[in-house]
Amino acid sequence: MPQQLLFAIEVSINGLMTGVLYALVALGFVLIFKASGVFNYAQGVMALFAALTLVGLQSGQVPFAELINAIFNADVHHFGWRLPAVVAILLALAAMVLLALLVERLVLKHLVNQEPIILFMATIGLAYFLEGFGDLMWGGDLKKLEVGLPVGISESVEAYTGERFGYGFFIDRLDIVAACVAAVLVAALMVFSQYSKIGRALRAVADDHQAALSVGISLRFIWVAVWSIAGLVALVAGIMWGAKSGVQFSLSLIALKALPVLMLGGLTSIRGAIVGGLIIGVGEKLFDFLAGPLIGGATENWFAYVLALCFLVFRPQGLFGEKIIERV
Amino acid sequence: MTAKESQNGSEAARPDAGGDREVLLEVRDISLRFGGVAALTNVSFDILKGEIRAIIGPNGAGKSSMLNVINGFYFPQSGEIWFKGRKRPALKPHRVARQGVSRTFQNIALFHRMSVLDNIMTGRLTLMKSGMLSQAVWMGRAAREDAEHREKVERIIDFLEIQSIRKVPVGRLPYGLQKRVELGRALAGEPELLLLDEPMAGMNVEEKEDMSRFIIDVNDEFGTTIALIEHDMGVVMDISDRVVVMDYGRKIGDGPPDAVRQDQAVIDAYLGVAH
Repeated sequence: MPQQLLFAIEVSINGLMTGVLYALVALGFVLIFKASGVFNYAQGVMALFAALTLVGLQSGQVPFAELINAIFNADVHHFGWRLPAVVAILLALAAMVLLALLVERLVLKHLVNQEPIILFMATIGLAYFLEGFGDLMWGGDLKKLEVGLPVGISESVEAYTGERFGYGFFIDRLDIVAACVAAVLVAALMVFSQYSKIGRALRAVADDHQAALSVGISLRFIWVAVWSIAGLVALVAGIMWGAKSGVQFSLSLIALKALPVLMLGGLTSIRGAIVGGLIIGVGEKLFDFLAGPLIGGATENWFAYVLALCFLVFRPQGLFGEKIIERV
Repeated sequence: MTAKESQNGSEAARPDAGGDREVLLEVRDISLRFGGVAALTNVSFDILKGEIRAIIGPNGAGKSSMLNVINGFYFPQSGEIWFKGRKRPALKPHRVARQGVSRTFQNIALFHRMSVLDNIMTGRLTLMKSGMLSQAVWMGRAAREDAEHREKVERIIDFLEIQSIRKVPVGRLPYGLQKRVELGRALAGEPELLLLDEPMAGMNVEEKEDMSRFIIDVNDEFGTTIALIEHDMGVVMDISDRVVVMDYGRKIGDGPPDAVRQDQAVIDAYLGVAH
């Protein structure tokens, strides 16, 4: 096989792995949008907040340490423990459920029956609030996230491909794990939504609010449930991204890549979020590899958005979105 | 459910409510306004246990508003609702549903992307016991419960003669069948009071006959109390025990079909009055 093609394949596989992470964030968007019609701008920040909380809890950081020290003239930083990864993850998950409850109680409840744009604005506010709150609570420094995920280049893949094609692929072990975890998560969500009582209620609410109410489904409960699930997805995305590049505040910006993913996949399709994520991931890496040298590189910054723009022009409902039929 | 316990409440059997039958639901002096528009003005009537009660009237008479008040979508500005002998506080619709009041809608509100079976299953959501945690941990028990509900739902599907379409997404079904599925979903909750908002609107004669038969059968076989809104006078007179007539948000007639048919106020409302 020609060298160039092998390079392209390696780049594509790496892109696929990045795409999985985009897809995870996009999935959180889709879940909330489907169930409540809210476009949750804060989904990316939720991933950041989840990762911050996880690291903070695990390393025994004192929350609001800076604030406490400033007010009481104290000097506290750490509780001095280090929690096992599993415990820390469960606690972080509990924190995300609590966040879901608070969002429903303090924000959504007061905005029932408002225009979508108002709810959207509220989530923008939520995004900035969470970002600042996360900073205040856990500090703004770059943190290392270590929950025992494998890192480094997978030697077995390199050895196998080296033997097979005469060129060893460099694939990050973490990427493989991320892909597997994402696949399991998506499968679990599908089964949950298809076969469980709450899943059925979720789909019902997504379909018709009034009808859902008339069969006794509490919208508020469903909203808490769906924001909790989105919190779980955010936590997983945060863990994967944090393990890859450290927990830093730019994570919430990277998460904005989920927007073009949604344009591609459609706002209402779980399948679309996955496929869209993969297409953007592979597309931007491959485009940078092929066209980057010709036009001066750094195409990864804008490729996704241009692709999304093309989709908006030619297929505004996205790949898997519901067809927009306008009745006259 | 607390339903069964409270049936012999003292308030329930009001002497003026028609013979020996218990009153299931009573609305007293209900007034509902949207801004300056009065949708309902001092409407009072009762629904007896086990009867088919029709609410008729010209367009805009306030029939659907009345149903929405009973089912909790609207909160009246004044008036009381008594259900099973107790005064009902202002309840959200999902709470009303859990008390045993199911309904269908004038413009069919089904879950269009879900299959017929899933739609009817959602009607049983409130009857399902195992919560999220037990579903995650005790898969066995949740599965067993699911099977039981499935069985009940299959019985409803048989009853409504829609076996052949159980797996079809309801969005693809013709209108008449969708209406039937919606009735099935309402029945699945094993309601004590079933509210039907124009169950036969837009149907052809044959479909209307089918639907009338189902309504009468539901009433006979399950003993379900039914309150329905209908335009087709023929149908109303055939299937209902008592009729409430409304016009411009007020009650203008109440009684058995034959009496109502001869009532001058009702005739005027329907045929118009010479001025």
